[in-house]
Amino acid sequence: MDNIFALSITIIAYLLIVGFLGYLGYKKTKNTLDYLVAGRATHPVVMALSYGATFISTSAIVGFGGAAALFGMGLLWLTFLNIAVGIAIAFIVFGKRTRKMGHNLDAHTFPELLSKRFDSTFIQGFAGIVIFLFMPIYASAVLIGAARFIETTFVSHLDYNVALLIYTLIIAGYVMAGGLKGVMYTDALQGAIMFVGMIFLLAFTYTKLGGVVNAHQALGALAPQVPEKLIGQGHLGWTHMPKLGSALWWNLFSTIVLGVGVGVLTQPQLSVRFMTVKSNKEINRGVLVGGIFILAMTGIAFVVGALSNIYFFNHPEFGKVALTAAGGNIDKIIPMYINSSMPVWFVYIFMLSLLAAAMSTSSSQFHTMGSALGRDIFEKIIFKGKNFKHTIGVTRLGILAGVIITVILGYKLPGSIIAIATAIFFGLCANTFLPTYFGALFWKGMTKTGAIASMLTGLLGTAFWYLFIHQKESEALGLCKFIFDKPTLASFPWTVIDAIVVILPISFAVAIIASLFTKKLSTNHIENCFKHF
Amino acid sequence: MTVLGIEDPGVWSAYLLCIFSALFCVFYGIANWNKGEEHPEDKKWVE
Repeated sequence: MDNIFALSITIIAYLLIVGFLGYLGYKKTKNTLDYLVAGRATHPVVMALSYGATFISTSAIVGFGGAAALFGMGLLWLTFLNIAVGIAIAFIVFGKRTRKMGHNLDAHTFPELLSKRFDSTFIQGFAGIVIFLFMPIYASAVLIGAARFIETTFVSHLDYNVALLIYTLIIAGYVMAGGLKGVMYTDALQGAIMFVGMIFLLAFTYTKLGGVVNAHQALGALAPQVPEKLIGQGHLGWTHMPKLGSALWWNLFSTIVLGVGVGVLTQPQLSVRFMTVKSNKEINRGVLVGGIFILAMTGIAFVVGALSNIYFFNHPEFGKVALTAAGGNIDKIIPMYINSSMPVWFVYIFMLSLLAAAMSTSSSQFHTMGSALGRDIFEKIIFKGKNFKHTIGVTRLGILAGVIITVILGYKLPGSIIAIATAIFFGLCANTFLPTYFGALFWKGMTKTGAIASMLTGLLGTAFWYLFIHQKESEALGLCKFIFDKPTLASFPWTVIDAIVVILPISFAVAIIASLFTKKLSTNHIENCFKHF
Repeated sequence: MTVLGIEDPGVWSAYLLCIFSALFCVFYGIANWNKGEEHPEDKKWVE
């Protein structure tokens, strides 16, 4: 009980600081520009930490850390893409142009940037609706990640439902009051806490297992313990890649590595960060902070997730590999590993790190859902931007609506869902927005028709793929079974290849072909979009 | 060839690439630390 009391005091102190930073954001928010893009004057370290802390959530640490316990260290290819694409390419290639074009066009949100670039209100409404409808899937995955850890740490002290409610109310409070300034100030604090927690976790794990080389060799020696079912799917051990072309290989590379690795470029809550700084200097400095931060987050989570197999197998209480020890639910592996293997004081630090990781991502998701409803749908589409004085008020209502949908989904989604739900949302965003976003920044010849055709192809193609082809989702959703009396219309390997491998190239092709044969935007408009580039 | 106790080159290359890509970010940030510093006509809409 003393331990729980000490942990409670720690968390209350942390929440008070978060509350103060949220209040600071509220005091410094004077207008829509402040509320939606933090006044375009954010400090580079705050921007980079906020980007990183928003990018990395409990989904990455608990969900994908658990996935690493299943797939093994091959998941580090995702960390490589997280850094190379999610930081280097996102900041240097996309970020600088996004910032400039955002300034040129006075864009406050990701949908608004695309809409103003292609002079189409349809794009803003369409993108706003896609974000508002589908982001709750990802947001609820983050929520479940937080709840799983709270559940295992506070077991018998705090009701799961109460924890979920308190967590949601606190975040909704400071996001609604402080806008993006409140979100980014708290993100920076939360990012720093996460960094410390993960460094400790790596040091503890490697020390416990006798050093880097010994730990890796011990994990390699565990290969004969791979469960039969996984061997059948192509698993060759936790320090080996899955068998080339096997179901597990396609699942690892097409859904998880490509889906999340590429999908990060079109995350609306991340790309808006580039519009919050006043020059490219902040973006250059952000690359340094972001690269180290992401390595310390996903790199450590994936290595520790894979190595947890040694701990569970050698521990007399478990005596089996992580997946089996967690009863088949990979979302429980990291919480179980931390609570069972680490000293109590570290569980406190890590509890705080995870709470920070979840809150920093949830807050941005709620803010993005709210701005999609308030700015993109209400102000620009329904009221057509005329004499609309209530953007902040409607955005706050949008945040509340997004929170409610997310919490309901959090109760409804099944186990082992965190990594999958995240990958689906990232993949959906890539298929729907990436060709248009890329064309907006790099191709003056891309037309409004090309952009709209590509976005519709991406969304409808992804929906078709998940409803009728990709077996994991088509079986769960049941529409294919209902219409055609079989779980999927395709056969292996198509049933395990993710939508991003097929739909994204088609979406790009549609954007190019449609743009070549349809009316160009006016020269004046294009010059305005690309001025000062 | 075994690197850091890992036999599969598909895995140890990922491990090393993660570290090298993070180092690239560090060097890029340092090399461009003061670059990119910076319009009056845009200030108008802010006001």
